Amino acid sequence: MIGVEHYVVVSSILFVLGVLGIFLNRKNVIVLLMAIELILLAVNLNLVAFSAFLGDLTGQIFAMFVLTVAAGEAAVGLAILVIYFRGRGSIAVDDVNRMKG
Amino acid sequence: MDWSQSLRLIAPEETLSIAGLVLLLVAAWGGDKASRLISILAVAALVAASALVAPALCGGAMGPDTSAFFGQFYADAFASYAKILIYISAAATLVIAPAFFERYNAMRAEFPVLVIFAALGMGIMVSAGDLITLYIGLEMNSLAAYVLAAFLRNDGRSDEAGLKYFVLGALASGILLFGMSLTYGFTGTTSFSGINAALAGGLSNGALFGIVFMLAGLAFKISAVPFHMWTPDVYEGAPTPVTTFFATAPKVAALGLTMRVMLDAFGEQAAAWQQIVLFVSLASIVVGALGAIGQSNIKRLMAYSSINNVGFILVGLAVATPEGASAMLFYLAIYVAMSLGGFVAILMLKDENGNYVEEIAKLAGLSRTRPALALGIAMVMFSLAGIPPLFGFWGKFLVFKAAVDGGMIALAALGFAASVIGAFYYLKVVKIIYFDEPADVVKGESDIWHKLILLVSCVVISPLGFLLTKWLGSLTDAAALALFHAL
Repeated sequence: MIGVEHYVVVSSILFVLGVLGIFLNRKNVIVLLMAIELILLAVNLNLVAFSAFLGDLTGQIFAMFVLTVAAGEAAVGLAILVIYFRGRGSIAVDDVNRMKG
Repeated sequence: MDWSQSLRLIAPEETLSIAGLVLLLVAAWGGDKASRLISILAVAALVAASALVAPALCGGAMGPDTSAFFGQFYADAFASYAKILIYISAAATLVIAPAFFERYNAMRAEFPVLVIFAALGMGIMVSAGDLITLYIGLEMNSLAAYVLAAFLRNDGRSDEAGLKYFVLGALASGILLFGMSLTYGFTGTTSFSGINAALAGGLSNGALFGIVFMLAGLAFKISAVPFHMWTPDVYEGAPTPVTTFFATAPKVAALGLTMRVMLDAFGEQAAAWQQIVLFVSLASIVVGALGAIGQSNIKRLMAYSSINNVGFILVGLAVATPEGASAMLFYLAIYVAMSLGGFVAILMLKDENGNYVEEIAKLAGLSRTRPALALGIAMVMFSLAGIPPLFGFWGKFLVFKAAVDGGMIALAALGFAASVIGAFYYLKVVKIIYFDEPADVVKGESDIWHKLILLVSCVVISPLGFLLTKWLGSLTDAAALALFHAL
């Protein structure tokens, strides 16, 4: 029998993978955007699982909101990435270092 | 609570959202030529929204009459106080921005629209009575803010600031959301009053994780240690008017939101989060003070100064009393005045070709070439350091008084000691301006609006500001009371 705790464990693993993806990734910025999406997916999984478990619709409505905002966020993020690439000619994470201190 | 009453309570938000949409259309048709007109209209919309929230603040509105849409939204005195500060900061940003962007031929029509939408989102943040409202407000503010940070598209530093702000801001939102999902799962509701009631019986481990994750996400947004690393880069890279905006309005909004979440939703379990806030507050004060010492760029220095100040403001939250909340709100008002003054003064530092000067070493001898500007910067620095005759001292005094009254004498003593370390770098700037050999770099003419805003902020933080203490104190007390009686 699969209970709510299984869902929470899976979503926690996804969340940790997403956070690690942001901090350990040394390749390129697109991977960072993917990691952010992974975090939001973990949240949605959590919300929907809790919603089903509690028999309360709020969590599913919340998940719809998160999906919508995540789409907007990805659009803004990619737009910023495009102007960044135009100026720098690279999207490697190691090159994002003009300011330090 | 019927719909018409709810719609009446969100009048400021309606004003701003309609104004934002209309101005967006004007921007689409009028193009960049219309940017000055749009700026003026945007400031008018912000003034109108302030006029709409003022009655709730002056009347000390609180209780069930102020909750709209079945408790999803509070239009009480607390939210109104924060909104007035947010709208003032946004309007000041719009006033100082054109002179800066015209220099780079980058004054675009969407700038005022983005500021309006960010202000709208921040208003929703401080009014939130539900996790969903909170999230929508936060993202509305953040999405506009990411774009604003990267607004100087041809400047590599601005792009980089936008990118860093976006990645770390999205991570913060993700952490906050994960906390919210756990809180929802373990309390069974997303409304603050429901969470409060559910936690009154005791705290499950899941809900505790929820609180910790939410605090971490919020700490990102208010740039508190250990989640402060984005602040110096974003403040340095973003265009200076945008930095002015970031240092004022979102700070007020995110701190207001933190207060609402911690004192309202998690108010019953204050013991669980007080220790965390205590650590975050002390760490912010110390890291802000030490980090600023080695900085050579004045915007980076101001970034560390804002981390330091957030630490002091959080002392009031760690106490978790109405007095502490009132002190936080008072400090925020002074902090907004100091930040506006500080960043406008930075905007006035131009060399003879009109390029902006950001290096602290180049300010040497400013007191002999531009005495009025030098005096303004010195006042802001002394006030940020909390040196008595200036108003900045009063904010720190109130926060520490609340800590001592709340029985946290050790916290007050440590904070006091750390503020002495902080005074070092503020005084270093004053020393360079007044006592070093003149470098004679800053020569450019200043915009009249910049002079005006610097003058107003300097009057507020001057000893004359103490005339405001009684009036501002009564407002913050009413706002803090409303916060504690929202449920």
